[in-house]
Amino acid sequence: MTDQPKPDDKSYWLDNEKNVKKIIVALIIASVVSVLADFFYHKHVVFEVEGIPGMYAWYAILSAAVVVIGAWIFRKLLMRSEDYYDEGDND
Amino acid sequence: MIEFPPGLLLILGAILVPLLPQIVRNAYMLALPVIGFWGLLMLPEGVHFAFDMFGYTLAPVRVDGLSLVFGYIFHIAAAISIIFAFHVKDTVQQMAGLIYAGAAIGGVFAGDLISLFVYWEGTAIASVFLIWSSRTEASYRSGMRYLTIQVGSGVLLLAGTILYFKNTGSIEFTKMGLTGIGPALIFIAFGIKAAFPLLHNWLQDSYPEATVTGTVFLSAFTTKLAIYALARGFPGTDMLIWIGAAMAIFPIFYAIIESDLRRVLAYSLNHQLGFMVVGIGIGTELSLNGTTAHAFASVLYKGLLFMSMGAVLYRTGTIKSSELGGLYKSMPYTAAFCIIGAATISAFPLLSGFISKSLIISASAKEGYMIVWLVLLFASVGAIFHSGIRIPYFTFFHKDSGMRPKEAPTNMLVAMAIAAFLCIAVGVYPAPLYEILPFQIKYVPYTTTHVVTQLQLILFAALAFAFFIKKGLYPSQLKSINLDFDWTYRRLLPTILKGLVSIIIPADKFVRTVFLNRVERLITGVFRHHGPEGLLARTWPTGSTVLWVAVLLALYMLFYFI
Repeated sequence: MTDQPKPDDKSYWLDNEKNVKKIIVALIIASVVSVLADFFYHKHVVFEVEGIPGMYAWYAILSAAVVVIGAWIFRKLLMRSEDYYDEGDND
Repeated sequence: MIEFPPGLLLILGAILVPLLPQIVRNAYMLALPVIGFWGLLMLPEGVHFAFDMFGYTLAPVRVDGLSLVFGYIFHIAAAISIIFAFHVKDTVQQMAGLIYAGAAIGGVFAGDLISLFVYWEGTAIASVFLIWSSRTEASYRSGMRYLTIQVGSGVLLLAGTILYFKNTGSIEFTKMGLTGIGPALIFIAFGIKAAFPLLHNWLQDSYPEATVTGTVFLSAFTTKLAIYALARGFPGTDMLIWIGAAMAIFPIFYAIIESDLRRVLAYSLNHQLGFMVVGIGIGTELSLNGTTAHAFASVLYKGLLFMSMGAVLYRTGTIKSSELGGLYKSMPYTAAFCIIGAATISAFPLLSGFISKSLIISASAKEGYMIVWLVLLFASVGAIFHSGIRIPYFTFFHKDSGMRPKEAPTNMLVAMAIAAFLCIAVGVYPAPLYEILPFQIKYVPYTTTHVVTQLQLILFAALAFAFFIKKGLYPSQLKSINLDFDWTYRRLLPTILKGLVSIIIPADKFVRTVFLNRVERLITGVFRHHGPEGLLARTWPTGSTVLWVAVLLALYMLFYFI
């Protein structure tokens, strides 16, 4: 079921590199604000580590790194060509 | 008001489907879950339609808090899936979808293990047709593996039930815990359907092989029926905490590198089930409410994600991430719905994932399981990575693939809109969902701490994603497959069998030759004695026989005296 009219020449907002940059800058600002916010309210914590300012930010970065490194290892060990099981395409 | 067993309406209603003309068929099919839902609202709590058979007391319908939540969401999922499939004219798929949904609904209301078994196998047999309906070689083989494993799960359930009955004299489906071999078998049966680690691979194997609309049906019922069954039979079983934690982690890595985006969602589904299993293992009122709420929410956002990817597959003919990109330009609505689903699975505040997952994570912290709590937070970042960002990013943005497919058909957009609306509605106003959870407890999801910390988690995960993409560190989108546990039965076992055959055939040949030689010699020998010229083949007169008998008698007497 392919339905592909020719690519149009219309330019979209995201085609402009500047706009992509704007999104990234907005993301960085929002991230910084979310960490700064930790200093302005009383945090209800169960474990002590939760009390560290920006703990969730640090943990997210650490987790993201583990996810990507783990994915590279999985790919190295387990990736095979698409016809490995030779059962035909599922498209 | 006539009461009827929930689910049965959909199962029996399916029989009429092929008889109806296409014009009224869609309305008819949609009416079934709508009427069923209404019937559910009328059904009072308690056991209905109980009867005795072969000395067992069967309770085909038991209505209580836990079964009702699953009953509601299954009806909603059935209705949404039917709308999503309005354009399908294939009666096999239409009937299979209805019977499958009906069997799953029946399953969550089954009050005894025999009734549960019947519905359990019903879901297996009906759903495989949604896979086979792709009508490809790959889907046929995948469906066979799926059916074998699913039916196997049912057989274990039945065997466990028989042993359980022998020990307890009861077949009531209630909390049993791991108290002997019977419940252990039942536990494994549930574990197969819930896709426990190493029992999981039927899920990633088969769901991506089903039809565009079939996968949407599949994503809702089988695994959630298993979650319900675990929550009913094994709440507070410690082992489940660690099984769930493992489930929440390992599929993440596969979901990052897999190229078939519906398979990515299957891994993602598996990993979301991990959260629910942890909740069952913790077994407190808070965590069990969390599991139930998360099952409810995940049926909606997972369905939404599968629908958006189904729409892309339907319009472009591919779902390989390496071939997609830039589709937001011509499929903006599908892209928007996909992003809502993706943000929901990321547990973004004001969406249903936020108010459901947090119950489980809070419960793990409250009970002092720090490692589990850290694992679940890590898994949440994983969800943001593989489903929250990867799915929409590589499909609708990233590099322009040059494809300009038409926007999804109206019926698909309507179905996605309903699911998206419910994701938002439940997130913004969680009170009605909390109200119907099995335990009445107070939980406030929107505290400053919770909102700020969750935003930190999401924003920094997004930032990290952007960084990895920019630096080219994110695993590239490659057309490939990745070996998983199914390798053992798709490659290892067949190889071992082939190896055995190569040893067995010569050995067999040798044995046969030796044996044949022996037989030949035997035949020659027999022929010599019994053949036409043989000594023993001659006709002997009766007199000589009497003589021989006399000789024998004489010998006997002789030995007797000695």
